[in-house]
Amino acid sequence: MSKLINWFTEGRSSGKYTLPFVVLLLAVTVLASAANLLLPQDSALYVSTYSITLLGKYLCYAMLALAVDIIWGYCGILSLGHGAFFALGGYAMGMYLMRQIGDRGVYGHPELPDFMVFLDWKELPWFWLGMDQFWFAMIMAVVVPGLLAFVFGWLAFRSRVTGVYLSIMTQALTYALLLAFFRNEMGFGGNNGLTDFKEILGFDLQSDSTRVSLFIITALILALVLLASQRILSSRLGKVTLAVRDAEPRTRFIGYRTERYKVWLFVYSAVIAGVAGALYVPQVGIINPGEFSPINSIEIVIWVAVGGRGTLIGAIIGALLVNYAKTRFTAIMPDGWLFALGALFVLVTLFLPKGLMGLYGQLQSKRRQNAEQEVQS
Amino acid sequence: MSALDNSLQGLRETFRRDQVWPFLAGEQNKVDVSNQMILYVEGLNLSFDGFKALNDLNLYVKDGELRCLIGANGAGKTTLMDVITGKTQCDSGTVYFGQTHNLLTKDEADIAQLGIGRKFQKPTVFEEQTVFDNLELSLKTDKRVIQTLFARLSPSEIDRIDEVLAIIGLKELRFMKAGALSHGQKQWLEIGMLLVSDPRLLLIDEPVAGMTAQETERTAELLTSLAGERTVIVVEHDMEFVRSIARTVTVLHQGSVLAEGTMDQIQNNKDVIEVYLGEEAAEA
Repeated sequence: MSKLINWFTEGRSSGKYTLPFVVLLLAVTVLASAANLLLPQDSALYVSTYSITLLGKYLCYAMLALAVDIIWGYCGILSLGHGAFFALGGYAMGMYLMRQIGDRGVYGHPELPDFMVFLDWKELPWFWLGMDQFWFAMIMAVVVPGLLAFVFGWLAFRSRVTGVYLSIMTQALTYALLLAFFRNEMGFGGNNGLTDFKEILGFDLQSDSTRVSLFIITALILALVLLASQRILSSRLGKVTLAVRDAEPRTRFIGYRTERYKVWLFVYSAVIAGVAGALYVPQVGIINPGEFSPINSIEIVIWVAVGGRGTLIGAIIGALLVNYAKTRFTAIMPDGWLFALGALFVLVTLFLPKGLMGLYGQLQSKRRQNAEQEVQS
Repeated sequence: MSALDNSLQGLRETFRRDQVWPFLAGEQNKVDVSNQMILYVEGLNLSFDGFKALNDLNLYVKDGELRCLIGANGAGKTTLMDVITGKTQCDSGTVYFGQTHNLLTKDEADIAQLGIGRKFQKPTVFEEQTVFDNLELSLKTDKRVIQTLFARLSPSEIDRIDEVLAIIGLKELRFMKAGALSHGQKQWLEIGMLLVSDPRLLLIDEPVAGMTAQETERTAELLTSLAGERTVIVVEHDMEFVRSIARTVTVLHQGSVLAEGTMDQIQNNKDVIEVYLGEEAAEA
């Protein structure tokens, strides 16, 4: 009987840590923010604005990892191009911030961003229209990645492209966008991307309070997305998703249109990535085509693998840990990071197939086995 | 005057109050079996790289029948099921479910929703999910995305799952992961997944492979009890098993029907003895 209960709880274990995790996340956010705003700079517990921004950046990465985990861990779609959706969301925010500069740019043109003046353009391209409105830019940050994911997913999943082929296609997608955004004629700032932002909604981007606010907003949205995703994946739709991952033909034969499930989940995931990108740009102050680079997208997959696929929280923890390690490591030995990342991926694949979240489960079951053996002997 | 009469008559016909316009009624999943036949397979041809897997195959199955398909390896039994369930496209021929549903124009999901359930040769259940979840997924419900997202199990659905759990003998293991079941239990779970979806036609591929004698017996009982209300087509190699359940047996050979009749007729059929049972007789 106790075995039965164990099975029961193990099957549902992914959900039971969500709420405590969200509480922890928000508590840390509030404490760090308070330590930055309320404590004097020479206090031992003071958190520098630099650290706050760094934390905010990590949280954006965590959201991105969450997006990848939803489709990879739960639906078995290994996307190696999720950086593209992140970057598109980032560009939407970047365009808004660019328009907010107004005539304070280097060339002082009242309407055109600096790089357009430099290229000797006379008027705004049509796709920049409306981006001076915050609400419109935010809609674009969600709609553009969502639409791209819909079209891509609809074509790919309807033709039943799966596995490695799909991964390669996603990789090609982000690479194509990388090349396109590098071109000056595209009108997105070319190689340099968009930068030199001044303010967001009238708040100075350099001030401590804006930084802290952005950090808090990021944490709140991450918590919201985590809860929403947990809810979705524990509904019957989540069960269908797992069924698609484990035996797609079987799922079709019991009457589900699996390609539609995959498309909508892919769109949901892309939208989360887009939101993460939009939150990322005001905090780091730049968006350039480098964000589209295929290596970035592969890094995201590694974060998820380290934390543990199909656990949501694991993806978040993985993203935070690996990025913290990256910050530390690149400070000591900048050239070694990619080697370290590669080694990490190999080690995780070999010894921790379920990631850090799985490690906890492995230890627990080992302890249980030992206990059972003792009882038997 | 007569023109006016005609048009009035036409108008009345169009707005008849005892009928609903077809486009308002939506697609009805009703199966028309007024001719007592539920499945019509006619002139089916399919070749893979020149190999004729199905060769002008004709098969009619009565509503409520329990039909066994036998035949040597490569006779086209599984391929036939693939075509019926929409997994494989055939080169030519027609497959009708009832008198109205042309199965060749539909995909797997559509066909499943019409009420054709299939059990595979190798048991395929959702291993990472519990027995209960496996059955919940197979329920006959609205399977569109949004409806699934907000789906709640109704009391009658829970009763239905409990009922099926009792039939397949997995009541105690309902919260066990399906992957941890034994081979025979997986077979049963898959049959349960068919039952819970309340199908009109069940296509069952080798249900007793890997089962113990007792389990086989129980399966035979279950399948015979299903026939009548539902139509069952069973593919099986185990001749003992076929003998124990079959009323009508169809023998396939090289992609077409070689013989059809009761077990006794089949066993005495010259062609069959030659190509199929003959080998067995020779071995014995």
